[in-house]
Amino acid sequence: MKVRGARAEGPSAWMVVPALVFFVTFAVVPLLGVLFLSFTHWNGLGAITWAGLESWRTALTDSVTLNALIVTVKIMVYSLVVQVPISLLLGVFTAGNQRYRAVLAVLYFVPLLLSSAAVAIAFKALLDPNFGMGPGLHIPVLAQNWLGSADLVLFVVIFVIAWQFVPFHTLIYQGGVRQIPASFYEAAQIDGAGRIQQFFHITLPQLKYTIITSSTLMVLGSLAYFDLIFVLTAGGPGYATRLLPLHMYLTGFRANDMGAASALGVILVVIGLGLALVLQRLGGNSRSASQLEGA
Amino acid sequence: MALATDTAQGTATRVKQRSQGKRLGRSTPNVLGGLGGWVWLALIILPVYYVVITSLKNQAGFFGSNPLAPSTSPTLVNYRTVLEANFVRYFMNSVIVTLGSVIPAVVVSFMAAYAVVRGSGRIIGSAHTLFLMGLAIPLQATIIPIYFMITKAHLYDTLLALILPSIAFAIPISVLILSNFLRDVPRELFESMRLDGCSEFTMMWRLALPLVRPAVVTIAIYNALHVWNGFLFPLILTQSPDKRVLPLSLWAFQDEFTVNIPAVLAAVVLSTLPLVVLYVLARRQLVSGLTAGFNK
Repeated sequence: MKVRGARAEGPSAWMVVPALVFFVTFAVVPLLGVLFLSFTHWNGLGAITWAGLESWRTALTDSVTLNALIVTVKIMVYSLVVQVPISLLLGVFTAGNQRYRAVLAVLYFVPLLLSSAAVAIAFKALLDPNFGMGPGLHIPVLAQNWLGSADLVLFVVIFVIAWQFVPFHTLIYQGGVRQIPASFYEAAQIDGAGRIQQFFHITLPQLKYTIITSSTLMVLGSLAYFDLIFVLTAGGPGYATRLLPLHMYLTGFRANDMGAASALGVILVVIGLGLALVLQRLGGNSRSASQLEGA
Repeated sequence: MALATDTAQGTATRVKQRSQGKRLGRSTPNVLGGLGGWVWLALIILPVYYVVITSLKNQAGFFGSNPLAPSTSPTLVNYRTVLEANFVRYFMNSVIVTLGSVIPAVVVSFMAAYAVVRGSGRIIGSAHTLFLMGLAIPLQATIIPIYFMITKAHLYDTLLALILPSIAFAIPISVLILSNFLRDVPRELFESMRLDGCSEFTMMWRLALPLVRPAVVTIAIYNALHVWNGFLFPLILTQSPDKRVLPLSLWAFQDEFTVNIPAVLAAVVLSTLPLVVLYVLARRQLVSGLTAGFNK
């Protein structure tokens, strides 16, 4: 395959072809497919018939959809607010050199190894009002119906998400902190800056790009909390934790309305790409800025 | 505990730190950081501890004892229950799907990343843009068309149905990280190899691959974690018990064992064990690779 404009030297374009074939077939085509299917009627088994905007109307006039959007945004924002400070501080902490921190770090990363299904099942058992930690610690406050109460369940979900995903982001921050030149801190110490001042004047500004990277992964990842919530609460109680991907799954594969589910899928894609673009903007500016500061 | 170690060892650690050539000169022990660190550790350990001790209780012991106290007569009966419930089959399915997805994904991503970094031209450029955009495609959103395609291709309820889309969704992040590392390979090395008459293909496998091996291992582990723990594709694209992978089997065990919670938690422990072993063996590689990979 000859490509015009390619130089005689350098690899030829065929090297990207295998990756391109896989990616186009199973990611780009389905992306166009979900748009197409959102204008059809399909129950998942039978024939696909044209429906115009009807599936969109079904999806958008369903009050559960609006609720799912609100739940999605809530979970996204709360998990960002909870996870960023914790993982940043833990990352700074584990980047230190004391021996015991290394030991702690080994244990911190254990949740990374568990599947979302395993985490969800473990917490279901742990939070059981009769056989979980509440009666175990003899603290009545902890023996509540955590997953059965619409007021409490969202906090539980946010906590379990943090429990599972903070370790990964801690790793990213740890790497970011280790890249900060030691000379910065030495200079600050000579100027008499204390640890807190060093944190706010050196560590935090230097981590700007890392914060953007980690937050991007967090925000896009929050669209993927499907597995965890599906096993933990199945979207309940009521619709309290039914976030958009889960709502889409239940609409398509349980209520057999693939058309409306595809419309929800399109909304999901738009949200994902939109968020990525916004964060990219933030990231693009900060990258050059942080490099300038480092000069 | 934290406070005690932090203050009592104050002088000792300071001397030790100096001898270790500590990067961040510390004049006072970091009490707050230490305290937060230990609190988080407790939050991590408690659920893990609960799962392990509960999995070693028999049902009578589970209903009759303090949930957080270890059993006085630990038993492995739950592990036998789980192993007899076709667990080995699910484990093998997970191994097949993970290896079948990760190896091809790493190979095609490496070739693509090499072309992106060293090559030029419209095709390579657009492919690169496409992969970058791919990072933002929520996997869930494409599941209905993927389900449609897989059923039309008569692949529904096969392991291949899980492997093919898993490869595709591993590509964007893999290309991104690999190309970040490949950019650091000095151009002169390629030039001198070209002068020796090597083809691009030779350079890719003989020069570039060994130089970015850590990055290759990193994305292999990262993708393996994702595929191994993946739940959505198996949930939607497979049906029969003999095609079950581990995460799905845990979910199914809940229905199968209903109130036998110790057995369900024994399945959780067993399904995580292989990764714990991997972590113990390759921790350094995993941690250093991931921290470098996302901080380029």
